Amino acid sequence: MFMENEKINNNIIEVQGLTKKFSDFVAVDNISFSVDEGEIFAFLGPNGAGKTTTIKILTTILQPTSGKIFINGSDPRTEQNDVRRAFGIVFQDPSLDDELTALENMEFHGVLYKVPKEMRQKRIEELLKYVELWDRRNELVKKFSGGMKRRLEVARGLIHHPKILFLDEPTLGLDPQTRNHIWNYIKGLNQTEKMTVFLTTHYMEEADKIAQRIAVIDHGKIVAMGTSAQLKEKTKTNSLEEAFLALTGNIMREEEANSTDRLRMMRRMRH
Amino acid sequence: MSTIYILWLRQLKRYFRSKSRIVGSLGQPLLFLLAFGFGFGQVYQKAGGGNYITFLAPGIVAMGIIFTALFSGIEIIWDRQFGFLKETLAAPVSRLKIMLGRTLGGATVASFQGLLVLLLAMAAGFRPQNIAFLPLALVFMLLISLLFTALGTAIASLLSDMQGFQLIMNFLIMPLVFLSGAFSPLDGLPKALTAITVVNPLSYGVDGLCHTLIGVSHFGLLTDFMVLSVVTVAILIVGSYLFSKIQI
Ligand SMILES: Nc1ncnc2c1ncn2[C@@H]1O[C@H](COP(=O)(O)OP(=O)(O)O)[C@@H](O)[C@H]1O
Ligand SMILES: [Mg+2]
Repeated sequence: MFMENEKINNNIIEVQGLTKKFSDFVAVDNISFSVDEGEIFAFLGPNGAGKTTTIKILTTILQPTSGKIFINGSDPRTEQNDVRRAFGIVFQDPSLDDELTALENMEFHGVLYKVPKEMRQKRIEELLKYVELWDRRNELVKKFSGGMKRRLEVARGLIHHPKILFLDEPTLGLDPQTRNHIWNYIKGLNQTEKMTVFLTTHYMEEADKIAQRIAVIDHGKIVAMGTSAQLKEKTKTNSLEEAFLALTGNIMREEEANSTDRLRMMRRMRH
Repeated sequence: MSTIYILWLRQLKRYFRSKSRIVGSLGQPLLFLLAFGFGFGQVYQKAGGGNYITFLAPGIVAMGIIFTALFSGIEIIWDRQFGFLKETLAAPVSRLKIMLGRTLGGATVASFQGLLVLLLAMAAGFRPQNIAFLPLALVFMLLISLLFTALGTAIASLLSDMQGFQLIMNFLIMPLVFLSGAFSPLDGLPKALTAITVVNPLSYGVDGLCHTLIGVSHFGLLTDFMVLSVVTVAILIVGSYLFSKIQI
């Protein structure tokens, strides 16, 4: 049965009944969704909803508690290498080497992802210029501001052109102008290379503008899924913001979210 | 190949950019050289024991190396805490290659550190018995470095906090050093201790260094070489398995 399904649709990401528990706490609660090849798909939800946890599982660095997952036809649990060859990722949490320069961080990534030398150098220069870090390429990353680091991380994630690009709140902390600029680049890749983009965000207008389909996620569950228009229609509202409110019974819970984040930090320190 | 190279290069860059690490890890061996070489050494010489520093130098070099080598495992924990580890974990490269790159990098640094200690010992009056054996001594320094870098890295793959790692290292290093023949001959030990020295891989490293630097050997060079190589490969394999199990 399932094999037939797989042949009929061309889902590059297929998730069925995915659950992740951290001891008793259910961070991702039985979610199912699929993403078409070439689609731009967004997870929209407040902090603590389970977006990052899902991305970590899809990208092989965290084991799920249960559920079926196929990334480009392979299982991240058992066929990690095939899965890793199919995607690129920009993590939400810091992931740069502070003791290396911007250029060295880029080089490291390019070599790790086996981008041929000439193409590597060309893309690194192009991307660093695009995010306006070319002039500072030989400075140690530890001297960079938060925004500069974020721009560098996004640029680094775009050196190799994977089939699927995971972006976990890529524009968090960037000013609107820079955010637009970066999204333009990513949309370009989506169009010219048919790159599938899976992004998470808690900026409404970003999800609205960029994603073709949106999954609204709250407390580990997908509460609704569809195009922005479909979500509005379903909730009989006029904006995605209102739709979100109607779906989750809440506006973005920033304060609450911050306290879960702190808890998470504390948990991390203890382990 | 390029994967291993870029990982190796990263370790080297990080090391040479951190002068405090270079100087800091020379402190301990330097202390031993001074304490033994000029303190006890005088007493020893007066008692007719010959030049004590000659017998100490290989052990101090070995000690300098295993300190740096084992502690280089902590870089995995740093990478985990500062977030960089994700970058290598999600990359489409085999875990064995990541382990090899890291181990080669850490081992290069540790060997370099060993070489510095050797030069310090020579400055303090140590003379290798036969200059022609020096390249072979370097080979053994590299082997010790590889083995203990791999071990430190494997242990660090299991842990996520630095205190835990430091604790384990402190419990591990002293027994490893003192039951390796680094500071006392292996002959004539009680049976129980002999058993420990035989399973302590550092014994073979120290023995190899003693052979090549001062011409004294307990196990024989070939045994030393074989044991160190086989144990290193085994640790690398176990280490890449442990590394592949890391979750963030
Ligand atoms: N390693 C962990 N251990 C325990 N709880 C965790 C861990 N990682 C995440 N969580 C918890 O899981 C929930 C979902 O987190 P996350 O996936 O980061 O949410 P989001 O990315 O949507 O903000 C949060 O409540 C968070 O505290
Ligand atoms: Mg998140």
